[in-house]
Amino acid sequence: MNAHAPLPSLGTGCDIRQERGQRAVFCGLTGIVWLHRKIQDAFFLVVGSRTCAHLIQSAAGVMIFAEPRFATAILDERDLAGLVDANEELDRVVRRLIERRPDIRLLFLVGSCPSEVIKLDLPRAAQRLSRSFHPEVRVLSYSGSGIETTFTQGEDACLASLVPEMPRAAEGAPPSLLVVGALADVVEDQFARLFSELGIADVAFLPARRAGALPAVGANTRMLLAQPFLAETARVLEARGATRIAAPFPLGAEGTTGWLEAAAEAFGVRPDHFARVTAPGRARAAVALDLYRERLAAKRVFFFPDSQLELPLARFLSREMGAELIEVGTPYLHRQHHAPELALLPAGTQVVEGQNLDAQMDRCRAARPDLTICGLGLANPLEAEGLATKWSIELLFTPIQGYDQAGDLAELFARPLKRRARLEV
Amino acid sequence: MQLTLWTYEGPPHIGAMRIATAMRGLHYVLHAPQGDTYADLLFTMIERRDARPPVTYTTFQARDLGADTAAIFQNAVAEAYERFRPEAMIVGASCTAELIQDDPGGLARALDLPIPVIPLELPAYQKKENWGASETFYRLVRALAGGDRALRTERRPICNILGPTALGFRHRDDLIEITRIIAALGIDVNVVAPLGAAPADLGRLGAADFNVVLYPEIARAAALHLQKTFGQPMVETVPIGVRATIRFVEEVAALAGVDPAPVLAGAPSRLPWYSRSVDSTYLTDKRVFIFGDATHALAAARIAAAELGFRVVGLGTYTREFAREVRAEAALHGIEATITDDYLDVEAAIQAAQPDLVLGTQMERHIAKRMGLPCAVISAPIHVQDFPARHSPQMGFEGANVIFDTWVHPLMMGLEEHLLGMFREDAEFHGGAAPSHLPRHGVDPAPVVVEAPAAQAEPILLTWATDAEKELKKIPFFVRGKARANTERFARERALPLITVETLYDAKAHFGR
Repeated sequence: MNAHAPLPSLGTGCDIRQERGQRAVFCGLTGIVWLHRKIQDAFFLVVGSRTCAHLIQSAAGVMIFAEPRFATAILDERDLAGLVDANEELDRVVRRLIERRPDIRLLFLVGSCPSEVIKLDLPRAAQRLSRSFHPEVRVLSYSGSGIETTFTQGEDACLASLVPEMPRAAEGAPPSLLVVGALADVVEDQFARLFSELGIADVAFLPARRAGALPAVGANTRMLLAQPFLAETARVLEARGATRIAAPFPLGAEGTTGWLEAAAEAFGVRPDHFARVTAPGRARAAVALDLYRERLAAKRVFFFPDSQLELPLARFLSREMGAELIEVGTPYLHRQHHAPELALLPAGTQVVEGQNLDAQMDRCRAARPDLTICGLGLANPLEAEGLATKWSIELLFTPIQGYDQAGDLAELFARPLKRRARLEV
Repeated sequence: MQLTLWTYEGPPHIGAMRIATAMRGLHYVLHAPQGDTYADLLFTMIERRDARPPVTYTTFQARDLGADTAAIFQNAVAEAYERFRPEAMIVGASCTAELIQDDPGGLARALDLPIPVIPLELPAYQKKENWGASETFYRLVRALAGGDRALRTERRPICNILGPTALGFRHRDDLIEITRIIAALGIDVNVVAPLGAAPADLGRLGAADFNVVLYPEIARAAALHLQKTFGQPMVETVPIGVRATIRFVEEVAALAGVDPAPVLAGAPSRLPWYSRSVDSTYLTDKRVFIFGDATHALAAARIAAAELGFRVVGLGTYTREFAREVRAEAALHGIEATITDDYLDVEAAIQAAQPDLVLGTQMERHIAKRMGLPCAVISAPIHVQDFPARHSPQMGFEGANVIFDTWVHPLMMGLEEHLLGMFREDAEFHGGAAPSHLPRHGVDPAPVVVEAPAAQAEPILLTWATDAEKELKKIPFFVRGKARANTERFARERALPLITVETLYDAKAHFGR
């Protein structure tokens, strides 16, 4: 279980290896926690076990108790024993849900480990239900199961399920920009303003805030990934004719500039105009980052694998804040999408794809990093051992992309260190 | 198939984890996919434990399904034994692994480890968390219990305390209270389990004269087994509330053959006097709705009616195993019990009962919040704020004090209520107002007023551009006031009369968080 396979390092200078064994990560169902807020008229129905329901409510905590737009259809013995047709049961549950919540316009049936293992055909169920609720409610399906997806891959699967629903862009239409990946609304608005000032007129975001507002896609579409975990979504968008713009991810000032610049180049924006439009943002980010640089410079940082955001975050901490990277774990490394990030990471950076939990914890303890970025389950135990931690799920719940959030991103990492320095007990 | 928004109990393997995490020297190997590792955070985040639960997950993936998941499980058991060297192990499957039928028990047995390995069969599609905890504890006790009783004439009476687990509602503090009472009675404690017990301690369970069962949902099955095997009687009275604690003390004293009088002398709890003091008359007939696990719901109903003078207008539990007892108690209050694990049913029942106070779990706390009702938490499921830093038991005489404070605090105080009745149109005292000693929720706090520095002769008149005002609204309400004040200060210092979106973000960058 502990086989380390050295990989060709793509000429990046990073030392990339793979690890297998026990993992400590969320499954793809967790993505529902932010997606159900992003798409405002969508509802997520997990078809799974009591464990699935318990996972989501535990991961979500209590902050979204108010009016959840997700639920679980819990499989019981009768569904497994075939005493009742699971499909009929599912139809009954969906009917009850839609009666209760007539505001639902888009319903996702979300597959889980048990539904995958018993081979419940959710794509077919979705088609059937879509027909019967047409035109009020569209029903789609994707899998958030832990045997297939890790944490943020749930968002990837969800967005990929939207792609076939996107309208076809007219042949010969002028090039349009599609920004892919859920972003906080405020960040999305900032980026929209920047693109407009750059002169890129036709810009759309996936997912859209409302189910009915899906952008068109076609050969004219240039897609820019806002998140590093969208392998499948990018693949199906490419299959519909979209071309990916290779770019680093918009984390930190440098990442944001690189990301915007890649789009600007693809749309023929003149460099001097680009420099003019981005100057205020770059200047603000520089001011904001200065506040935290002293706190983070030369700090030794260890990343446990979690969200696939690890590489761009490590690049930000290392290049913009002067931190030193001990190990950068990632659950999965998409070589192409991450190529610009790998190129920016310092030579010799230890990148570990996959996980063998106990061995990794041993390495972390031995290295005694100044800051460890890890999942919720590991944070307090490591703190109790005297290591400062930043729990990584917060990086998914906080607006961190773009110039005006670069300072917030640095602050997230600086806060545990500041707190340690502050406390005298 | 059941439509569930929130679930009162986790799956049964979470119950097994609560036992394993409570104990020392025990390791749990769970055949489960990676997503199931979320369970760690229940213990490390919600309960703030300082170590990972002693659990190894196999975290098999889809690509393993066609291959050999059994070998993955066996490796995990062997590696966990090598790394952790536990005194005993429990092995089992979560919901997904149950479907692939790898037989964890048989696979672990085949390794022939030199320690007891106890297989758990926890049917995930039928049973739930508390059952899983009870079954796990029972299996451990059945496999490991032993020990002899010394002759009674040569020693003090001795008992076991059974039931407290990890992630239990106030188990930590209840145990302190009960241990104190038992010590004061002159009785020794043989073993406390599962909390803090090692497998070897379970091997000494038989040495006690009797068992004290604190949480029947968890420890009753094990205590019945001990009764049968070692002839140990059990005390089943749950000492929550003044009267129940008195009865508990009397029963324990009777079994041990000691005098309860010294422990009951004086006024061991302040609850009776606080309840009788005239200030409390406004509590009379307050309508209270109660929902929780059976142990806490039953105790709450009895305390509410007989010790605080409330009127119980709703009573229910999600613990179907104890439905009969809860129905009987509800009948005493002239109402029908709500036996359900469907959050929506409970919400409807609360709406129908129109209570003045809700006593429930964290689910009811949120129902109550939405309905604008006062609420106190009396039972799991609970969240991080229900693991207070201070000693805060539910059981024993101190537990009764805690309960008085906790239940009365959310209510509006008597005189304030009268004022409300007299001056209905008052801006501060009106029907929609929260009790004045509690913070208000969800109200946009007034922006912080920034005083212009004295040196500045003429204050600048600041104007917010419409889009900047709109942008400000996107900032969460609880920091919006600060953001506004900072931006205005920034603009004032730079003599910028018009605040634009740019100004807003310039200020944000300048001040940081």
